[in-house]
This record gives sequence, C-alpha cells and structure tokens, in this order.
Amino acid sequence: MAGIVSYGAYIPICRMSRELLTQVWGKSAGKGEKAVANFDEDTITMAVEACIDALTGMERKAGGLYFASTTPPYREKQCASIIAAALDFPVDEEFFTVDHTNSLRAGTIALRSGLEAVKSKMADKVIIATADCRLPAPNSAYEPLFGDGAAAFVLGDRDIAVEIEGTYTIYSEFMDLWRKEKDTFHLTWEDRFIFEEGYEKHLPLAILGLMAKYKVTKEDFHRFILYAPDPRRHAAMIKRLGLDSEKVQKPHFDQVGHTGCAQTPMMLVEALEEAKPGERILLATYSDGADAFALRVTGQIENIRDRRGVKRHLSSKLMLSNYGKYLLFRDLMEWETERRPPDVSSLTSLWRERNQFLRFHGGKCRQCGTIQHPIQRVCAICQAKDDYEEVGLSNKQGIISSFAMDERAMVKDLPNITCVVDFEGGGRYVGVLTDRESEKVKVGMRVEMTLRNLHDGSGIHNYCWKPRPVRI
Amino acid sequence: MAESIKDKVAIVGMGCTQFGERWDTGLEDLVIESAYEAYEDAGIETKDIQAAWVGTMYNTTAAGTLASPLKLGSIPCTRVENACGTGQEALRNACYALIAKAFDLVLVVGVEKMKDLGFGGLAGGPTTSGTEAWRPVYFYGVSPATRYALSATSYFNKYALTPEEGKRMLAKISVKSHYYGARNPKAHLKREVTEERVMKAPIISWPLGLYDCCGVTDGASAAILCRSEDARNFRDDYVVFKGFGAASGPGMGKVLSDYDFTWWDETEAAVRQAYDQAGIKDPRKVIDLVELHDCFSIAELIATESLLLCERGRYKEQMSDIDAYYLEGEMPINISGGLKSFGHPIGASGCRETYENYKQIQGKAQDPSRQKKEWKTDQRLALAHNQGGHPGKFSCNVTVIGLP
Repeated sequence: MAGIVSYGAYIPICRMSRELLTQVWGKSAGKGEKAVANFDEDTITMAVEACIDALTGMERKAGGLYFASTTPPYREKQCASIIAAALDFPVDEEFFTVDHTNSLRAGTIALRSGLEAVKSKMADKVIIATADCRLPAPNSAYEPLFGDGAAAFVLGDRDIAVEIEGTYTIYSEFMDLWRKEKDTFHLTWEDRFIFEEGYEKHLPLAILGLMAKYKVTKEDFHRFILYAPDPRRHAAMIKRLGLDSEKVQKPHFDQVGHTGCAQTPMMLVEALEEAKPGERILLATYSDGADAFALRVTGQIENIRDRRGVKRHLSSKLMLSNYGKYLLFRDLMEWETERRPPDVSSLTSLWRERNQFLRFHGGKCRQCGTIQHPIQRVCAICQAKDDYEEVGLSNKQGIISSFAMDERAMVKDLPNITCVVDFEGGGRYVGVLTDRESEKVKVGMRVEMTLRNLHDGSGIHNYCWKPRPVRI
Repeated sequence: MAESIKDKVAIVGMGCTQFGERWDTGLEDLVIESAYEAYEDAGIETKDIQAAWVGTMYNTTAAGTLASPLKLGSIPCTRVENACGTGQEALRNACYALIAKAFDLVLVVGVEKMKDLGFGGLAGGPTTSGTEAWRPVYFYGVSPATRYALSATSYFNKYALTPEEGKRMLAKISVKSHYYGARNPKAHLKREVTEERVMKAPIISWPLGLYDCCGVTDGASAAILCRSEDARNFRDDYVVFKGFGAASGPGMGKVLSDYDFTWWDETEAAVRQAYDQAGIKDPRKVIDLVELHDCFSIAELIATESLLLCERGRYKEQMSDIDAYYLEGEMPINISGGLKSFGHPIGASGCRETYENYKQIQGKAQDPSRQKKEWKTDQRLALAHNQGGHPGKFSCNVTVIGLP
C-alpha cells in the first residue's frame, strides 16, 4: 500500500491586486489579487518552503525527492538535488532525485511517479515538491491570471493519511500553451479551439477512464479537485460533469491565481486541511493529456493538521504597492546601466562551504558547546581546534538584536535590511531580512529562516538562508 | 625583554595634501604633494631617505605607489595595508624599524585616490576583500554605513534611546565635525550644518543619514621619522611618540551572541597598551587632543567611550556637555573636522590624524582659530585612533605623541 503521509504548501507573501493592473493598463483586470513571488524567490526556494511545511514534525529521512515545475530556475542542472541539499537530506546514502518539467501536469506526474516508486519498494518514503512561478507577458490576459505557489507531499507505505486508491492517465500531443526554447512568454492558439478541443475534451476522458477502471461513480466521491485554466472554464467543467458545486474544491483564482503545475496539488492540500477520515476525493489535472486520482482519507489525517498549508499562507500577505516594483522583481525592463561593480560569486567557495551555506549548518564546539556560524575550525570561546559537530540552524527561530536599513544597496527591494539574528538554543547570523515591512522591523522581533536567491552574481543562482519575520 | 617605545622615535617633518574630490589630481600627484611638503618641513631631500613605508588599500606595490613617483632609488619600500586603519599601521611599522636601528631616517606616506571610480562610496568595503570576497553569501551587500548602523541601532536599544533621541545625539557630533571642517583649510567638507539639517538628511543606512557619514575623499599625508637622539639635527620643535597600541580582533562579533556592537574591544585593547607605554593613568586628565576614527558619527561616540575618555554608556549624559569635546572644552575631539569632515582617504587618514596632532603641538594648526592654546601638561599629549574593518571585527591602532 502507498499513499500520502504528509502534505504542505507555500504561497509567497507578496500579492498583487488586480485593481493595480487595471490602473496600469487602463482595462479591467478583474477582481481580487494574485500571489507574486518576492524578488528573491523562485521555484526552488518555494519548493523548499512547501517541503519544510510538509516535513513538519518528521525526520529528514526519505529515499528520493521529485521536483515538478514548468519554470525551473535552471534549464540545465537538476533542481531537485539543490532542494534536497537545502532540506539537509544526507548525501551519503541512496537517494533518488528527479525534475519533472515541461507540462502543467508535471505536479501530478511527479505525484504518480513517486507513488509508483513507493509501490515498487524502490523507497519507503519520497518527497514530491511542485512549484510554479510562470511569467506572464505584461498586458496579456495571462498577467492577471497567473499566480505563484507551491505544494509538497510526503509519500510512503505506512502512516498513510491519504490512500491513493487508483490512478488513470492519458497522454495527448495537443498544443495548448507552449514556450519554445527561446520564448520568454507563452504562445497559444485561438482560445475557443484550445478550450473546446483541449481542456473540455481531455479532462473528462481521464475522469471517466478512472471511474470505468475502478468501477466507481461520481456519487462515490465526497470532493472533486479539478484543474482549470480560468474561473469560467472551471464553472463550465463542473456543469459539464454534472457535479454538485458544493463538492468541488475552490481553485482560488481570486486570491492566488493559476499556479501552473502546482494548481491541483495546492487544491489537494487545501482539501486535506479540512478532510475527514473516510472522505473520498477525485483529483484530475489536464495538460498534454490528463490524469485522474482516486483518493481516500484515513484517520491518520488528524495527526498531520499542524501545517501552514494553503489556508494559513493565504491569510499572511503583503500587497505590492506599485507595478514598478513588480517590473524590478521580474527584471521586465531595460534599466539604467549600474556604475557600481556587479555582484560576484565563486562556485568553488559555494561548493567548499556548502554545508554552512546551502545546508545552513553551524559548528557546535564539543568542548564548550558554543554554536558558531560560519563554522569555526578554532572555537572562538575555548580555542579547541577541529573539535566540533555540525548542527542545522535552518529550522531555528531567532531574535533580531540589531539591524540597519540601507537605502543605497544594489538590491531590487530597498531598503536592504541587514539584521543580526541570535538563534534560540545558540548561534548568531548576520543576514538580509526578507518578506518584511520595513517600518515594522525592530529589535526583539522574532524571525525564522527561509531559503532565498541572494543574487545571480557570476551566473549562479546564489541560494542562501535569510531571516524573515515569523510568517504565521 | 620588550620595552616601551616612549620617546624613542621623533617626527621631524610632516605634510598633508588638500583633502577633497581632487578630480585633476592622481595618486602620484597626491604622493608627491604630501611627501615634498614633509621634506620641506624636515629640511631634507629625497636622497636622505633610507627606507620608506606606504599605506594604501587600493594600490598594490610599494614600488608603483611610492618609489616610482618620488624616484626614491633602490631603497627598501614596504606597503602596509589594514583597511581604514592603514595610515597608523604604516607609521607604527616604520617606528619599529628605527628602534631596531635598521635605518636612521625614514619616510611614511598614507595615500588613497578614491574618486576615480565613477560612483559614490567605496570600490569594495574592506571586508569584501580577503577571506570574504568570494563568499557570496557572507555579509552580502553590507555597506560600511550598514555595518556602523548596526552599532547605532544596538546602542540606542541598549541605552533606551528612541531613534529620535539617538539620532539627535549623533547629530550633535556631526554638527561639531562640520564646525571644524569649515575652519580647516585642507578639509574636504567645509560647510557648517545645523542639527535640524542633520536630522532631516536623506537616510543612507537607517538610522544613519547623509551627515552621519564621512566624506569619500582623495588625499595623502606624509611623515619623516628618525630616532629621537637625531631629531635636533632637523629641528628643535620635534615631536616624539609616547606610546603605541595595536589590536586586531578575531572578528567574532557576527558569530557570537554576546557581542552587542556598542563597544570597540580592539580599541580598548590598543589604547590600554598605548596608555601603558606612555605612562598615562587617567587619560582625561592628561590628554589634550584626540583625533579618533569617526568614519560615522556613531563611530565617534563609541570610540570616545572605548578610548576610556568617557564612561561606558554615559555619552548620552555627557551630551548636555557637548562643549567638552570642542576646542575649548575639557577633552577636545576631532577639532580637525575628523574623518567626517576633513575626509577619509582610506590609507591616508591615520597619517593625517597624526599630522593634525603634530601641527597642534607645534602651535601651527591650519587656521589660528583652531589652535589649541591651553595645555594640561608640558608634554602636550595628543592621541590618534585609527581602525580598519567594522564593528565586531577591527584592526585598531592608537598612537600618543607629545613633546619630548
């Protein structure tokens, strides 16, 4: 038997109101708002966040990590391995990493792949991490629609909270949305053709296929999670399938937007946040074909309620004050030439010191117990040489003991707030505060750590841990 | 057995360029300008110099920076660098060579050409060089202003000052710096400012505003040194070194939670060495002048405390008596304008501080209105404090000079 052992989600703290887009372009962009990744976030950092949520209260032990995104930060270079390292999974034992990309179904494809891995006993437990941060063309219909978000699941063969009772997948070469190798923005065809021949035909095929394969009917399910390209097509699909809309999970177009291949996984997370033992769920995702899952919630669900999930992330937000900031965050214009020297990095240094940078380990002196970051070979307190053990600090909360707000720094979101963080249980870190309202920062503020891309110096995404005010 | 350096080395000549944004003046010009003024002051020629030290952060070889523009010939030249503390570092090392009797007459030049960059600020802070340069994650984007702003925030918090109260306290320091900058012909920033103007200035790195930060300046300063017994061959009003202190901290301020950025440990260690060598028990009673490292207003405040010139954490109480730190006050500090208004060419500042003290002791301060007249003792003790790095990780030098 195999199924979902735990779930987690992530929604960036920044939101853009559609009213802002209406003002910018002088035409209605609809109601509500959408989630927008901060300037230092991408699908790797968002996936790490969702995984941390899913791994709440669990030890970092698994046989593999499956990353899914249509917008991986590297086109060549696996992202799952970076995510696994940031999550501090050991490198000295068998561990399978894979990136699923290129399809809006990548999230559920990863879910299915991970499930098969557990079923085949390739691993006792695997992590599924799916995130998307799709860049809509400015002033396009996609701009108000697309949102950023992530979801993660731990799959395993015991302590199962959601049994995956059945799966059914079809493929199709149908062209819906695409980007060729060098395209920045999405291409498509006349929308009536796309929806009528694509979405509206393929999604029901997978659902009907699942029902026929497992001899179940829609009456057997308490809840339906349906992929949809937009709110209107979602409503039409409910009608087409003859479903009771009360039983259909809301896609949150108004609050988050279309989160790409993380859309149905995030909806599943939200469903599980309130699902009762015994509840049966049908999940179906469309793109390049379609897939459908039959799920049954077990009593174990009650033991994994303590997650930030979708709901708690939804209520924690900062509104983007203007569109210019968004243009800066996504680097969507040609800018004035910077006279100051560019950011630089060193792959050599990042690799040599990966444990303290990407894994965020400090050194704990075996003689006097002092935790020090960066790791000191000679203890700053007792001078013991090379006598420390590495301890993870990324899961620690801390208190800001001092800070400065630089208005001239070469960063996309001024002021650049440098803060001194003293961790509970020991250790200090001087880092850049993110996801913050600068006017609310003060000494004594409680912070937690989050993985971010510090800068792209020397052609590298330089990931590091940043403090942020405790989000929820 | 190590001995105090007290009275062993004399300064017999000094020079200092005009500080400022010297668009028409290159590094070589600055070296020549300061060195030839020092030659003239000492009454010597290039051929009399047996060895030389140059303090500079951004220029590499001693040959290129010093020997080449001055045509020193093939004599030993040493480049010394300790970030913003470079100038005093060069002086100290030259003194040791004289005490060791390796040479009889030496030249020291501190120089920096800062304004060829094309943007304000530094080409790369001291701690982005060396071990931290290629660690993209470590202390990223932390400007010098931010490093010192951490101290200001921490100081305000520790001593229960609101940001408004704290900034006003710092503003009084900047008003003083500008007051003296306006009265010093060689200073970079020569305009007086009001407390309100300082308070309302644009923020550089909160809580520090524009007038809390020193100028980015071109300049050089030079000294001619010999052993004291030879000093009268050059002049009667020579000045001697009374004590040196130097301390490089391990830099654990950003690693250990017990460091709160409100005290310069290295300064305390260095000044205790210097006071010890000079035989100073109660500095406030015997020191007449202080040139301390005020790259930012908060740096002057904390250095005043860490030099043991003010009780720890009591600067606020003594601010009602800010006059104490003016020329006529009990403990005049940075009456040159300091790094803040005189300007801060990285490698030059340490030498420049001693230049100010040397001229004051001789009664030759630029602009007679700034001349110190009443002295606490016949020794006319003047202290220079110069440090490189940042709060939590300094290399500090303290020098006390006076009459023999």
